[in-house]
Amino acid sequence: MTSTLIWIVVALVAIGLYLSWTAGRLDRLHSRIDAARAALDAQLLRRASVAQELATAGVLDPAASIVLYEAAHAARQAEEDNREVAESDLSQALRAVFGEAQQMEAVRAAPGGEDAAGELARAVRRVPMARRFHNDAVRAARALRRHRTVRWFRLAGHAPFPLAFEMDDEPPTALADRPGT
Amino acid sequence: MRIGIVCPYSWDVPGGVQFHIRDLADHLIGLGHHVSVLAPADDETPLPPYVVSAGRAVPVPYNGSVARLNFGFLSAARVRRWLHDGTFDVIHIHEPASPSLGLLACWAAQGPIVATFHTSNPRSRAMIAAYPILQPALEKISARIAVSEYARRTLVEHLGGDAVVIPNGVDVDFFARAEPRPEWQGGTIGFVGRIDEPRKGLPVLMKALPRILAERPGTRLLVAGRGDEVEAVEKLPAELRPRVEFLGMVSDEDKARFLRSVDLYVAPNTGGESFGIILVEAMSAGAPVLASDLDAFTQVLDQGAAGELFANEDADALAAAAVRLLGDPERRAELRERGSAHVRRFDWSTVGADILSVYETVTDGAAAVAADEPDEPGGLLARFGLARD
Repeated sequence: MTSTLIWIVVALVAIGLYLSWTAGRLDRLHSRIDAARAALDAQLLRRASVAQELATAGVLDPAASIVLYEAAHAARQAEEDNREVAESDLSQALRAVFGEAQQMEAVRAAPGGEDAAGELARAVRRVPMARRFHNDAVRAARALRRHRTVRWFRLAGHAPFPLAFEMDDEPPTALADRPGT
Repeated sequence: MRIGIVCPYSWDVPGGVQFHIRDLADHLIGLGHHVSVLAPADDETPLPPYVVSAGRAVPVPYNGSVARLNFGFLSAARVRRWLHDGTFDVIHIHEPASPSLGLLACWAAQGPIVATFHTSNPRSRAMIAAYPILQPALEKISARIAVSEYARRTLVEHLGGDAVVIPNGVDVDFFARAEPRPEWQGGTIGFVGRIDEPRKGLPVLMKALPRILAERPGTRLLVAGRGDEVEAVEKLPAELRPRVEFLGMVSDEDKARFLRSVDLYVAPNTGGESFGIILVEAMSAGAPVLASDLDAFTQVLDQGAAGELFANEDADALAAAAVRLLGDPERRAELRERGSAHVRRFDWSTVGADILSVYETVTDGAAAVAADEPDEPGGLLARFGLARD
């Protein structure tokens, strides 16, 4: 009798430890998503700011300036629902404006242009990076949340189901000096 | 930035991953970052000042060969202490899925972890069985790096998720500036790699050699690498054996001069390559490259634009291509030029900047890495490690 009781207690404690450990895992994944999302936000904002700076600096022709300004402005002002579309539009605008190497050379030739060109190159390279890291975290969290232990015991609590950030983040050819990498 | 790098393989045994970590650490220190590398090493081995020993690695059979791995209480304790003393902003783990220091560090660390996956092994039984154990540790990794598109594909297939591709780095100028040695010049084919490891492909090259020599009798094959030299030339007719010269293990300087000197560099590897750093080194030194068409090699050679490819394990195709290239100085000059331009993207200045971008991206929104508190979930191994501390 006593030994049965002891076994039941041991089993309950083991289940409890396992549940708390799984909840800890999930919590860590959620904070990883938050961190990845913050990093992605920062990179997107940086990209839009440099694009807007370049558009208003007067180094590009008026048509290109307007296209770039519009897209950068829309990306910065976008509501959460339209964010993916607006950022994709900015990627397209950047590709259209900086499709040729000459355009980049014109930017570099302007005073302070070297820095701006470097910042833009860094930004367009880091946005896809940050997005991959974010979506990787989202995938891991979703995989764990689909697990039956997590579903039955509602370990995720009220945390919203994580969503991937889908956008077109192809960098302009003149700035992607590392094809194939 | 305070950067902690975890090397899974013994520091005293030369290998691609170790060299990569050494060069990365040198590069980052050169940029003014604080770098500490945790690596298995014998206590007697002299270590560079930035390397911390995690104890001697134990040889155990793993994944079809004998691997030198670190595990157990003592190693876990050393990993914890290193993490605790280091107070790193970011931890960069190499090969986190191998049952060694990488995995231990993954268990014990918290916060921004970057991981580089070097190998692209086909899915092994051990990996499937270990999946539930691996997954919680791998979940902690904030950013994954694969060394090639091929390695990334395997990683995505096996573990899910995604990774950014950052190739291995090479100090291009070190190779480009090396002084050629006259005795290694003049109708020479170069090969670098372990002689007795069949997947490095020397047997394929040996099979092709009689045909190459029949067409171009003046050719010499120079082999740099460890292994049984007698056994390597066994299948070759006796009169052809003097055409093969073994140089044994060469130093980094000699390897650069070797690659600078040869007229053609041949990489007949038959598989198991996820990157092909030697091709990048050969191109940096301006050697025309002829390689087997492995996925990884095809990518490094820009789909054949920066070097020629032949069908894997096909000695006839290798012989035909080698004869053609040796008889065509113009094509070789063209390959030299294309290769030298192509390798710039593998230079440490580019690769290092990309890796730093990853560090900065993950640290942007996250807390500094600290060792798990003992009562934190997931630190079971670490907790035992602490008990022995």
